[in-house]
Parts: sequence; C-alpha cells; structure tokens
Amino acid sequence: MVINAGSLTFQQLNDAIRKSQDQDIYIKNALGQRFIAAGLGGRNLTIDGVPGNALGAYLNGCNITVNGNAQDAVGDTMNDGEIVVHGNIGDAAGYAMRGGAMYIEGNAGYRAGIHMKAYREKQPVIVIGGRAGSFIGEYQAGGTIIVLGMNPKLASDAHGAQQEIVHNFACTGMHGGRMFLRGDTSMVRFPDQVTTKTASEQDVESIRPYLERFCFLFGHDLDTLLSSQYTLITPNSENPYKELYVAN
Amino acid sequence: MPISLVTPEFEVLRDQTRCIKCRVCERQCANKVHHLDPDLGVMVSDEASCVDCQRCVTLCPTHALKIRVNENQFRPNANWSQQTIKEIYKQAETGGMLLSSMGNPNPLPNYWDHLLINASQVTNPSIDPLREPMETKVFLGKKPRSIKRLPDGSIDTSLTPQLELSMPLMFSAMSYGAISYNAHESLARAATELGIYYNTGEGGLHEDFYKYGPNTIVQVASGRFGVHEAYLNAGAAIEIKMGQGAKPGIGGHLPGAKITEAVSRTRMIPKGTDAISPAPHHDIYSIEDLRQLVYSLKEATNYTKPVIVKVAAVHNIAAIASGIARSGADIIAIDGIRGGTGAAPTRIRDNVGIPIELALASVDQRLRDEGVRNDVSLVVGGSIRSAADVVKAVALGADACYIGTAALVALGCHLCRSCQTGKCNWGIATQQPELVKRLNTDIGTQHLVNLMTAWQHEIKEMMGGMGINSIEALRGNRLMLRGVGLSEKELEILGVSYAGE
Repeated sequence: MVINAGSLTFQQLNDAIRKSQDQDIYIKNALGQRFIAAGLGGRNLTIDGVPGNALGAYLNGCNITVNGNAQDAVGDTMNDGEIVVHGNIGDAAGYAMRGGAMYIEGNAGYRAGIHMKAYREKQPVIVIGGRAGSFIGEYQAGGTIIVLGMNPKLASDAHGAQQEIVHNFACTGMHGGRMFLRGDTSMVRFPDQVTTKTASEQDVESIRPYLERFCFLFGHDLDTLLSSQYTLITPNSENPYKELYVAN
Repeated sequence: MPISLVTPEFEVLRDQTRCIKCRVCERQCANKVHHLDPDLGVMVSDEASCVDCQRCVTLCPTHALKIRVNENQFRPNANWSQQTIKEIYKQAETGGMLLSSMGNPNPLPNYWDHLLINASQVTNPSIDPLREPMETKVFLGKKPRSIKRLPDGSIDTSLTPQLELSMPLMFSAMSYGAISYNAHESLARAATELGIYYNTGEGGLHEDFYKYGPNTIVQVASGRFGVHEAYLNAGAAIEIKMGQGAKPGIGGHLPGAKITEAVSRTRMIPKGTDAISPAPHHDIYSIEDLRQLVYSLKEATNYTKPVIVKVAAVHNIAAIASGIARSGADIIAIDGIRGGTGAAPTRIRDNVGIPIELALASVDQRLRDEGVRNDVSLVVGGSIRSAADVVKAVALGADACYIGTAALVALGCHLCRSCQTGKCNWGIATQQPELVKRLNTDIGTQHLVNLMTAWQHEIKEMMGGMGINSIEALRGNRLMLRGVGLSEKELEILGVSYAGE
C-alpha cells in the first residue's frame, strides 16, 4: 500500500496506516507527521521524506526504513522491531527503549539512548554511524549503544574545530548496559560512575552482528569496523545510589 | 559496634504478668524487636529497631504489649526539637540524605479542617438519601462546550473517551514494588467491585492483573518501567506522571533490593538493579512537549483511552494546569504536599509543594476564568482522609479524589512511616513473601469495599443535607462551603465566604 503523506495531518496518516491490511506500507512525501507507527507491530514501513517527532514510539515489532532524516524522539519506549534511518536523527532517540534495534546512518542529537533498558531476551541496540550530541546514554540501564564516528565531513564544527565523537556528559547516571565508541576518545570526559577501557577482541566480536547489519544497510566495510579500536564504557554499579540515604 | 547518638524513638511496654511467652510478637516482628531471653526466661525487646507499627500489639493474645513514644527526653528546646536533633545525629553518623515514607507528618495548616459544609433549613428542603435516589456517579474526561446538532437535527452525542466512576473516588498510584502483590490485588478487586479505578503507579502491570484492566489506570512515568503496547492498551486510562505531592521536582528510586523476580518481570528490568525514575521526563521541557507525549499515547491506543496528567501542587499550579488543559490531556490530577509516598527525601516531602486545597481552588478558578474548565476533569489527592474531605474537595471544584493513604490504612497500615525499609509487618509495603502473605486479599478487598461504600453513604447524607441529589451539582459549588479560622487572603484563594457571611 502506498500512502501519500503530503498534506495529511498526523491523525489522518496514522489512521490510514492502522486501517491498512497490508504488510508492506510505503509512505511518500512525509512532511513532519508525528507518531508514525506508534505502538504498531508486524508491518514493514518505508518512509520517503522526513517523519516527525516520536517516529515508532512504543514500537512493537515493525520494521521501519526512513529514506531521509528523522526528527526527535525516534523509537521512544520502543519494545521490538527495527528502525533504519538513512540520514540524521534529532534528540532523545530511543528514550527508555527496551527492545529492538535502531540503525542511524548519520548523526544523533542530544540524549540518544537515554534510560535505555534491557530485560531477559530483550537487548536493545542503537548504532549511530556518525556522532552523537550531549548526554548520550544518560541513565542507561541496559542494552548496547554503538557510535561509529564515520562521518568525516561533519567531524568539525562551523568554525573548523575538531568535534568529539560524542559531546558533553556522556553516560551520566549510567547504571546498566554497554556503550562502544569507535576511535580516539581521549578527549571525552566520562563521569565517575562508569569504567572505560579499550574493548577487547571478544568485546568487539560481541557486537559483530550489529556491525554487520550496519554495513549491510549502509554499504560500509565490515573489516574496517571490526579492526577499529573501540572504547567500551560500562557502569561501576547497578545500585549507584545505595549509600545515598539514611532511614528517617 | 560504635555507640550511636540516636536513642530509641519508642518504648515497648510489656506486662510480664500477662505475657505467656507464646512468642507471637517475636515471629511477627520483621524488625526483630522481640526475643526470648534464654537466661532470664522472659521476653525482652530491642527498642532501637521498633517502628511502632503496632503489629505485635494487635496480635498479642493477652494484650500484654503497648508501644509508646519514648519518654526519655533530650533537654527541651523549642527551637531544636527532639526530632531535629536526632536527624542531625543520623546524618552526622552516615552522611546520608534523610529518607522518609508516607505523607508529611508535620502540622501544616489543613484547610479541610477550616472549611464547613452547608445544610438546608426551612427554605430549601433537604433530601433523605435512604428514601430518594442520590447520584454519586461521575464521568471523567473532556466535556463538550456546547450542544452540537448533526445534519439530521439530532443532538451529537459523541464524546471523547470517559471514565465512569460510581462515586467520586479512585485509588491513587502506588506501584507494584512499592507495595506488595497482595495489596495490589486487593486494590484491583475492590476497584472492580466498586465500579471505580485503581492505578498501577509506574511499576508496570503484573500479568495476573490484566483481567482487572477495565478498572485500571496504567501509569507512564519518566522511567517508563513496564510500558509497552499491551500495557497501554490494558487499562481504562493512561496517566502520565509528571510529579507527586510527596516529592515534587524529584524522581523516584526503587532500590535493587526490592526488585525481586516478580517485580523485575512487571518493570521489565533485571532483578536486583536499581529502578531509577529521572526527575523530569527528559523529552518534556514544555507544554508542547507534553502534548507530544499525550498524543503519542493516544496514537498508540487509537484514541480509545483518556489521558491523565498528574502533577504535584506547586507554586504556579494554576498556570501549569492551564497549560496542561491545552495539551490534549483529558484529566488533570493534582497531588498536594500531604500526599503519601513509599520513599521520599524527608526535606523534600516536608518542605516542597503547597496544600491541595489551595491548589485545587486556584486551578478550578483559573480554568473557569479561561473558559477551559470543561476541557478537562480535575482529580485531587494528597491526604483525603474522609467523606467530608471528598465533599469539600468536590465543592471546591474537583471532579473526583484520589485516595492512597486512606486505602492503605483500610488494608491495615498503621502509618509507621517505614515503607522504605521494605519490612512492612502488615504485608503492604514489602516484597518479602512471608510478610506479603499476612495481607489476606479477600479481607483486604472487603475492607476497601466497606470503606468506600461507607464514604459513599456519608457523601450522600451530606449531599442530601444540602438539598443536592447529584454530585455534579455540587462540583465547584463553593457557596456550600464557609471558612473558619482563615485569613482574608486564604478565603480569597479558596473562593469561600467566612462562616456567618
């Protein structure tokens, strides 16, 4: 089924998606319509254009491909499925994401993967091909966040200064899960509650399926990614605030 | 063990002539206060661990026990109270933030107690609710601003989703994790039997309780614990928790020790890890952002559920509520400074926020002034203690009240304010199986049904006395209230006249 989003309101567009009996839905001319596929499961959506905020919120098993950029809150509280964005995404992607995968070709805004979780077989992953803004992995409680820093054209700011792979305050309040940052992270300041180390061969091997998928989707060289150096960040404690209180 | 400067808060008085050494007290106390001294052959107490939960007193078969406040006194000082001195000792010994449970115990002004209800005399007959029908049913959700007609001339009766309550009361949000499985089951069953609603809190919904979905409000908070498509669609309404009266402006933190296997399943996080709810929703920095969350939830549930936005009563509550009324929310829930909690930093609980009575009056007035009162229903909580408080709240402008503490008291809570320890001897605020099973869900359900039914009768009696036979006719009817012992400013904010006026 093809839906021309064009001037449809988000309610009209999402209603059309919900009512469609088709497994595969192709949305043309997305113009910032919000909440596409909220809570939806079992469909394949391809979107041309720019979907609006909260794309795939509470997503429950759809595969979504965006041929373009996406805005804020991609995959908010996502439970299952896959979101692929051939472009950049806005802020707060994957907030409290519990399952499924998100592959972003370009950069992510602030607060990617905030409060990402994991539960039994649900092990969410976000792979960001470019760089990420401040507060990535804030309160991260589970799952895997991988930032590859592969967009050299955007590696400097408007004034030509070198940009870090992630901006300020990465992993603040992290108490679960893992984060992999590719390349040199010596200039990134991490908070006290996390441990950083150079990822071992086994560590990198553990994310091979995600890197394979990323390379397949966006046409990158897997060997280059596998042979790169990664910094692995993990929390020091699952109970960071244990000593904070006294009963009164 | 180093000497602690903190002396026992309570004394255990045991009448040894009555004590039969049955050791019930010993078995019943999770704090391990009582034990049989093998040398002396008598029961003795370690009072330092006593929280005055009254479990041993209640179960002692010979009524040999009494707990009372320790008569020992530091040198009296009106400025430095015993409590203040002890709190300083605790912090000096541990470096910890003080953590408390349940509602603010301090003597803040309680405006319910300064409001009096009207009754008919001579000129307007009162109604006998035992003889005549009295309507306590309320509907929560958006109401149309005007009557619209369809092209064929008939009245357009379509409404956005509504919650139907048999009386203006609901059980407020208390998460599975903060309270026990049996407490949740009692609330769920009672809500179903009464035709009202209980609220999951932000701990997710246990798989056994999906069947109570039609009487369940599911909560979405900043931690998004246990939130997924089936959960959102399981309830009758969805509540976005922005804040809580006991701890406005801060998040929540369920320690890993309380994340048992079953709690981990409903929260959908690993066993033993801390469940941290950030202070803000990190995707909500404005009313526009709130609107985004409201509509993402409506989209995910296909516009079949009303969305509640719950906020703590804070200084600018009228302006905040005015914004929420424009966010697409169907219901605004406001929680006052005396509201309960499973755990909150003492200083926050006791010092942050404002009383619900003033918040309610100013919000209701503001929404009326702006012509948006019908766009939302108002639910208030934060120490609603009796049917009289409910009647006063409705007259001040509430559509319904949330009760939390009163419901727990009906289940046996004695307000010992030690929920944060997880060792609730009454089986309410604990996850220890041997304690949880002390709360019999059949009796718990019955107690809640009894309490609410009794309040409903009392509400009807008070309504009848005023000559009002429908609770909707009481809502916002501030002429039915008069103030006593209040300043002009307080009367102005409450929008009521002084008694005698």
